[in-house]
Amino acid sequence: MSAIFDVRNLKRTFGGLAVTNDVSLSMAPGDRVALIGPNGAGKTTFVNLVTGNLLPNSGSVALGGEDVTRLGPTERVRRGLVRSFQVTRLFSEMTPEEHVALAILQREGRTGRMFASHRAMPDVMDEVHALLARLGIAHLARHRVSEIAYGQQRLLELALALALKPRVLLLDEPAAGVPQSDTARIEQAIADLPADLAVLMIEHDMDLVFRFARRVVVLAAGEIIFDGSPDAVTKDARVRQAYLGSYADARSVA
Amino acid sequence: MMALTMNTGTLSTARDRRARLTRDAIGVLVILAVAVLGYLLFPNNLALLTRITAIALLVLSLDLVTGYCGVATLGHAALFGAGAYGAGIAAAHFGITDPIAMLAVGVVAGALAGLVSGAVVLRAHGLPQLVLSIAIIHLAHEAANKASGWTGGSDGLAGIMPDAVFGLWQFDLWGRTAYVFGIVLLIAAFVVLRQIVRSPFGMLCRGIKQDPLRVRAMGASVHGTLIRMYAISGAVAGAGGALNAISTQVVGLDSLSFTLSAEALVMLVLGGTGSLYGALIGTLSFLWFEDVVSAANPFHWLTIVGALLIAVVLFAPKGLYGSLAALIERRGRKGR
Ligand SMILES: Nc1ncnc2c1ncn2[C@@H]1O[C@H](COP(=O)(O)OP(=O)(O)O)[C@@H](O)[C@H]1O
Ligand SMILES: [Mg+2]
Repeated sequence: MSAIFDVRNLKRTFGGLAVTNDVSLSMAPGDRVALIGPNGAGKTTFVNLVTGNLLPNSGSVALGGEDVTRLGPTERVRRGLVRSFQVTRLFSEMTPEEHVALAILQREGRTGRMFASHRAMPDVMDEVHALLARLGIAHLARHRVSEIAYGQQRLLELALALALKPRVLLLDEPAAGVPQSDTARIEQAIADLPADLAVLMIEHDMDLVFRFARRVVVLAAGEIIFDGSPDAVTKDARVRQAYLGSYADARSVA
Repeated sequence: MMALTMNTGTLSTARDRRARLTRDAIGVLVILAVAVLGYLLFPNNLALLTRITAIALLVLSLDLVTGYCGVATLGHAALFGAGAYGAGIAAAHFGITDPIAMLAVGVVAGALAGLVSGAVVLRAHGLPQLVLSIAIIHLAHEAANKASGWTGGSDGLAGIMPDAVFGLWQFDLWGRTAYVFGIVLLIAAFVVLRQIVRSPFGMLCRGIKQDPLRVRAMGASVHGTLIRMYAISGAVAGAGGALNAISTQVVGLDSLSFTLSAEALVMLVLGGTGSLYGALIGTLSFLWFEDVVSAANPFHWLTIVGALLIAVVLFAPKGLYGSLAALIERRGRKGR
């Protein structure tokens, strides 16, 4: 079995509570996996653990057969493991053009250069504008991020991940906060991803999930309760239970 | 119109390059014009103008780590002092009296001091980082004081006699040569730094200042980048220190002091962080104001300087240059 991404028995507790409890998940090149689950199930924590932003209590992460559990986040990105953030993290004083240029230059190991401007590099600029155009934000290339709408910032967040040309891409609710009119752009960009890329997407919109995923993983209270086909997931009793439970909780809290 | 220029990468890069060159040329011309004006208006006070030039290099250097990278430091004079003592000791103890060679020694000493203090200061963030930087400047000051055989201790390091520049221009009594030497140095530093701050490396630094986690998520090394910037910053501050040693022909412990570190930060905030112009304008206005006010009212000048600072921080929080630039940008947008 040729897993590009292999997580084994990952566990992490916060104050005694297991937020990620014995989670194992592997993906092969070309996989399209949706990770779903109620709010607070531990989906974002899972991504943080896998990318090295959080340290696990136990378990391992391997990329292309190499154990990266002890490597920092930067090293994992360099090995092709790239994520996007659920809440956009961008440089508010910089422009989309600068963001994407920086990602491309970093991918090519050129961010150490001190006596050149990215604007004087036609190859970089062409790629920047092609990518921004694909996401429909080319007209904002030279606006400061603090001046552009949140929905468009979400598109830029995705552009950054794409510019790094990952082998494994983890998307944390890429469409969250995006107005309906722009979700099609995001969905299209995701559909256009290279066929051999392994993609794991966290998403709440089930229509999107069903169009995207060939496999659905359900996380509830830190544990995987379902891993199977999109058809089977709606019929699964435990999944229904988890979602009903969380809605019932939400109501009683509110 | 925007969309049209965007689609043709090559065309727009050529235009961008011309725009950048024009802006840099204007910057250099403005510095030159101010320098000539200073020379004509204050021909008897060239020593002050040269000191302003040297301190401007220190404040530019501080801007690199604080303004562009977001590192908090109150110990930056350590880099300036390293350059000053480096150049001074080379001349006084090793007979290296060629001014260019002294400058080179100062630059290297500053860069090394930058590497060392960067390695320490970057271990922490926020307030602990500030405390570490204060510890560094006190340690450096104390070390220079103790090593009086090399540094002259509290009497200062004397016996620095630089040769003529390129064997042609003697350092004269009126300080003309020193002033021209300083201005040329400042312009050279300005041109180099303009390149660096907008290079991919400079962009990475700005990214680190705004969100280091995002930078890591792009696969870039935060620590390695900051250390490199610290070394560059040290080289610039070291050049300033060397200029001070060459022009005054003494090096005192004040060049390695907490006071100078704090004043440099004040000048930077006054002018506006994160822009080379802000650093220059802050230095010039602070030192000029200090000179005028201390002559006019030797007893209360510190009070007046303090009041000015409070006014700037409250009413122009981005500093003199930063606020002006923001105002012009807003105007320009309204006009469009
Ligand atoms: N740094 C942290 N410290 C303490 N608790 C945390 C931390 N990060 C996440 N949690 C908790 O872990 C649980 C899962 O959070 P998260 O992974 O963000 O859920 P999801 O992304 O599935 O909505 C939540 O109960 C959250 O409060
Ligand atoms: Mg989440």
